[in-house]
Amino acid sequence: MSPAKGKLTEKRVEVLLEVGSEEIPAGMLPKAEEDLRANLEKLLAAENLSDGVTVETYSAPRRLVAEIRGVLEKQADVVAEVTGPPKTVAYDAVGEPTRAAYSFAEKQGLGLKDLYTVKTPKGEYLAAKQTKRGRTAEQILGEILPRAIHDLSWPRSMTWTGIDGARFIRPIRWIVAVVNGKPLKFSFAGVVAGDTTLGHRFLGKGPFRVRDFADYEKKLKANGVIVRPSERREKISKELAAHAKRSGYRIHEDADLLKLVTYLNECPSVLEGDFDPRYLALPDEILITVMRGHQKYFAVEKRGGEVAPHFLAVINLPKDPKGLVRAGHERVLGARLADAQFFWESDQRCRLADYLPKLERVTYESRLGSYRDKVERTRAISRWLTEEWFNRGMLQAHVAEADRAAELSKCDLATEMVQEFTELQGIVGGLYARAQGESDSVADAIYDHYRPVGLLDPIPRNLIGCAVGLADKLDSILGCFAVGLVPTGSSDPFALRRAALGIVKIILERKLPVSLSLAVGAAAKALLTNPPKKGVTPEQETQVLDFLLDRAKFVLREREKFSYDEVNAVFRAGVDDLVDAHKRLMALRAIRKSKNFEPLAVSFKRIRNILEKSNFKKDEVAAIQTDLFESGAERELFAAVRSAASKVQAEKRAGRYQEALEVVAGLRKAVDDFFEQVMVMAENEAVRRNRLALLSEILREFTTIADFSELGGEERR
Amino acid sequence: MIAKVKLEKKSVGLNFQDLVLKLSDFWVKQGCVLQQPYDVEVGAGTMHPETFLRVLGPAAYRVAYAQPSRRPADGRYGENPNRLYKHTQFQVILKPSPADVQDLYLESLGAIGIVLKEHDIRFEEDNWESPTLGAWGIGWQVLLDGLEITQFTYFQQSGGIDLDPISVELTYGLERICAFLQNVSSVYDLRWSADKTYGEIRLAEEQQFSEYSFNRSDAKAIRAEFDLHEKQAKELLDGFSSAGKERGRYPVLPAYDHCLKCSNLFNLLDARGVISTTERAALMARVRAVACRTAEAYLEQIGGPTVRREVRA
Repeated sequence: MSPAKGKLTEKRVEVLLEVGSEEIPAGMLPKAEEDLRANLEKLLAAENLSDGVTVETYSAPRRLVAEIRGVLEKQADVVAEVTGPPKTVAYDAVGEPTRAAYSFAEKQGLGLKDLYTVKTPKGEYLAAKQTKRGRTAEQILGEILPRAIHDLSWPRSMTWTGIDGARFIRPIRWIVAVVNGKPLKFSFAGVVAGDTTLGHRFLGKGPFRVRDFADYEKKLKANGVIVRPSERREKISKELAAHAKRSGYRIHEDADLLKLVTYLNECPSVLEGDFDPRYLALPDEILITVMRGHQKYFAVEKRGGEVAPHFLAVINLPKDPKGLVRAGHERVLGARLADAQFFWESDQRCRLADYLPKLERVTYESRLGSYRDKVERTRAISRWLTEEWFNRGMLQAHVAEADRAAELSKCDLATEMVQEFTELQGIVGGLYARAQGESDSVADAIYDHYRPVGLLDPIPRNLIGCAVGLADKLDSILGCFAVGLVPTGSSDPFALRRAALGIVKIILERKLPVSLSLAVGAAAKALLTNPPKKGVTPEQETQVLDFLLDRAKFVLREREKFSYDEVNAVFRAGVDDLVDAHKRLMALRAIRKSKNFEPLAVSFKRIRNILEKSNFKKDEVAAIQTDLFESGAERELFAAVRSAASKVQAEKRAGRYQEALEVVAGLRKAVDDFFEQVMVMAENEAVRRNRLALLSEILREFTTIADFSELGGEERR
Repeated sequence: MIAKVKLEKKSVGLNFQDLVLKLSDFWVKQGCVLQQPYDVEVGAGTMHPETFLRVLGPAAYRVAYAQPSRRPADGRYGENPNRLYKHTQFQVILKPSPADVQDLYLESLGAIGIVLKEHDIRFEEDNWESPTLGAWGIGWQVLLDGLEITQFTYFQQSGGIDLDPISVELTYGLERICAFLQNVSSVYDLRWSADKTYGEIRLAEEQQFSEYSFNRSDAKAIRAEFDLHEKQAKELLDGFSSAGKERGRYPVLPAYDHCLKCSNLFNLLDARGVISTTERAALMARVRAVACRTAEAYLEQIGGPTVRREVRA
C-alpha cells in the first residue's frame, strides 16, 4: 500500500486529551504518562497518522494529559492492488475474457477496461487498483482516544460502577477531548468526553471550558494546578534550596522523595517546621526514616551532616497564611517521634541477643523454618566463608566476629522499632549492637548485611558484613530453590533475584575469592545439618549456580558495560570464580581491539561450525598424526598450535590473561593460511579425521579463557 | 531557623460526643440509616454486619454508625497519648458508590468545623485489606495536614465474593479528628462532653484491658473458646445447605456472631504473644473460612444472584 500522490491534505490538527480521575497513586503516574504516550503513538501509527506527529504527556494526581500536535486532518487515501485470477484462466485461447475475468471485475466494482495484468513469481495475474478513502482525524481519534485510555495497564485496577464496569486505577470522573478547538464526542467508563475540566480541589473556581492545550495549561494554572511535572519539580527544588539558603542548613538530598512529592501535589509549595530538639538524641537514620517514610518530609542537616531539628514538608497549597498547616504537621511529626523514642528505649530494656528466642516465632518460610533457624544456617555459611578467606591470607576475615554478627543479624526483626518501621531492618540491629557495646565491625556488619538492595546500592562496608550478607543471601536462594520457590516472571516473593544480584555485586566489588560451586555446597550443607535439615539435590545445586551465573552476566553487562558477546564468550568457557571471570573479560575487551582478533574470532566460529556439522565429538580424543598431514599449511598450523598452547598455559597460570590472549591472537596467520590452502573435508577419511582432530584441539586449548566463537555477529541475548 | 508562627486562638473544637452527633446528622441527611455500634467485640467498623454483610448482593443501602473497635495489641496501658486498645470509628457505607462521593466526604469535614481551604488535605494511596474477612478494597488514606483521619475505600470483595454494585466505605478515626479539632496532644485530654474528659471516661478501661490482654488473659481458655465458637459457626453453616424451605429464617446471622468472636479471640491470643507466625496465618485462615462461608450463605439467603468468584491468595 502506498499513499496516493497528490491527494495528501497537509492540514494538521492539535488534540488535547485529559483523563480526570480521583487521586491516582503518585508512584504510578510517571509510568502512566509513558504508557499513554506509547499507546497513542502506536495507535496513530496503525492508522498511518503518526508522520510528523508529536505526542507529549503530563500528569498530576487528578489528571492524565496528552497533547498531540500535527495529526493530519484526514488520513491519506490509499491505493491498493488486488490480484485476481491467473491470466491463463482469465482469458481464453483467442484472448477473449472468460467468466472469471468478468466476475473479478464485477467483484471489484470496475469495468474490464480498468483491469490489467501483473507479473508475479507464480506467473501473470489479472489485477485491479482499489482506492481506500482516508477517514478524518476526528473519526479516527474518536476510536483511538478511548482505546489509549483503556489499554493503560496498572498494577492493581478496580471497578467502581459494578462488576462488568470499566476498570481503571481509580474512578474516572471526567474526560476532556478537544480536536482543533472543538470537543470530540466519545464515552469511556460511562463518562462522556467534552471540553470541560476541573482545577485544584480547593483552589479551583469550579468547572471551566478549554480550547486547546495552551488555553488548558493557562486556565489550569489560574485554577491552582501546574500540569507539567517538570515545572512542579523545579518549583519544589527551588523552594527547598531557598529554605536551605536562608537557614544555612543543607537539605538531606532524596531524589526518590522529590519525585514522589512532585506527583503527589497539583500545586506544591514547601513549608518549614520544627520538632523538639530532645528527639535529636535518636540516631539520624531513625529521624530521617520517621520524617521521610511516613510523612514524606525532607530532613535538613547541619554542616557536619547531622540532622537538625527542622523539616521541610511539601504541601498541596500555595501558602499557609495562618500557620495552621504547619502546626498540624509539627504535631503529627511530634507524635511519630515520641513513638520512635518510646521504641528506642523499650527495645533496649533487653539486649539484642535476648531477642534470639523470639525469632523462633517469626517464620521465614513454612518449610524452611523460623528466622531462628535461618540465623543458624547463616552462621554456618559465614564461618565457612571467613575460614576460607582467612586461610588465603585475608587477615580481616575474623571468623568469630562473622559468627557473632550473623547470630545477631536478624534479632531486630523482633523489636518494636522494626515492626513499626520495617524499612529499618538491619539498620536498627546495627544501631542497637553499637549502643550495647558490640565491636564496630560486628555492628557495621549487622547494619549493612541486607545490602546491596539494588544495582546501584553500595555493598557492606567491611569484610564481616560481606560475609554475613553473602551467607544470608546464599541461604535464602538455596533454601527457596530447595522447596521449589523458584522465581518465575514477575513473581519473586522472596526477592531472590535481588539476593543473587547482591551476591554478585559483593564478590565483584570487593574482589572476593569465592568459588560459587563450593559456596553453594556450603549452603547446602548448612541446610542439611541445621533445621529443617533439608537435603538439596545436585540438580537443585546446578539450578542455583545457573541462577547466580545468570545474574552475574547481567551485572557484568549492565554495571561493567561488557557487551553481550564478550560476556557469553567468557561464560561459555566456564565460570566459577567471578573475580577471575571479570579479569578474563577485561583481557578480552583489551585484546579485542587488536587487528588480528576479530578475524581470528571468525575463524573460531568457522571451526566450531565445521566440527558441529561433521559430528566430531567435542570430547573425542583423537591423536593427531603428523604423517597424515598433506600440506605445509597444515604442518605449520600444528606447530604454531603446539607452541602457542604451552605459552598460553603458562600465562594463564600466572593470571596474565591478556598476554595469553595475545599469544592466541598470534595464531591468526597460521589459521588463515590453513583455511586458504587446506580443504578440511578431504575425501580420505583418515586425512579428514586428522584435520578435524587438529581443529578440535585448537578449540579445546584456546577457548578456556573465552570462547571466541561467541564473539561478533548479532548481539545475542 | 524558623520564626515561630503565632497560632490564632482557634474557636474551641467539637466535643467528642458532638463530633459523633454532627457526623451522624450529616450522613442521615445524605439518606443513611443511622445504626448503632454492634454489640459483639469487633476490631473495626467493617466487621459490623451492617458493612460486612450489607455490601453483598444488589440492594442499594446507606448506613452510618459509630463503632468502638478493639485492637488488644495496640493497648498501651493508657500511657501513650495516641495509641489505644479501643478506639472509635465512625463508619459510613454508600451502596452503590455515588459519583460525587469525594465531594460528599469533604463536605462532611466542613460540617465538623474544618475549613477545607486552610488545610492541606490529600488522598494518598492506601488499599485496604482484611485477610480474616476475605475482604479488600482500593482507596486512600485521607491526610489532614499530614494526619491520617479517614480510610476511604471502594470495596471490591467481601467474604471472598466479588461485589456488585461497588460500595464505598468511609472510616473516620474519631479520636484523631477530635484531637485535631480541639488542638490537644493527648487523647486523654479530649473533652468528651462539656464537663468530662476522654480520660475520665475511658482511662481505667485502657489500663485494665491492656493489663488483661498483655499479661493476664488465659491463653489456654481463649484457644478453647476459639475452637468452640468456630465449631458452632461451622455447625450452623453446615445446617444451612440442608435447611430447605426453612432457609429464609435459618440462623446465618448468629453464625456470623461466632465468626466475630473467633476474630476477637484471635486478636487476644496475638496480643498475648503466644502464637508463632505460622500459627498466626493458620488461625487467620480459619476465621476467614468461616467468614467466607457466612457471606455465601447470607447471599444465598437474601436471594442474591450468583456472583463470580475470584480466588485470591
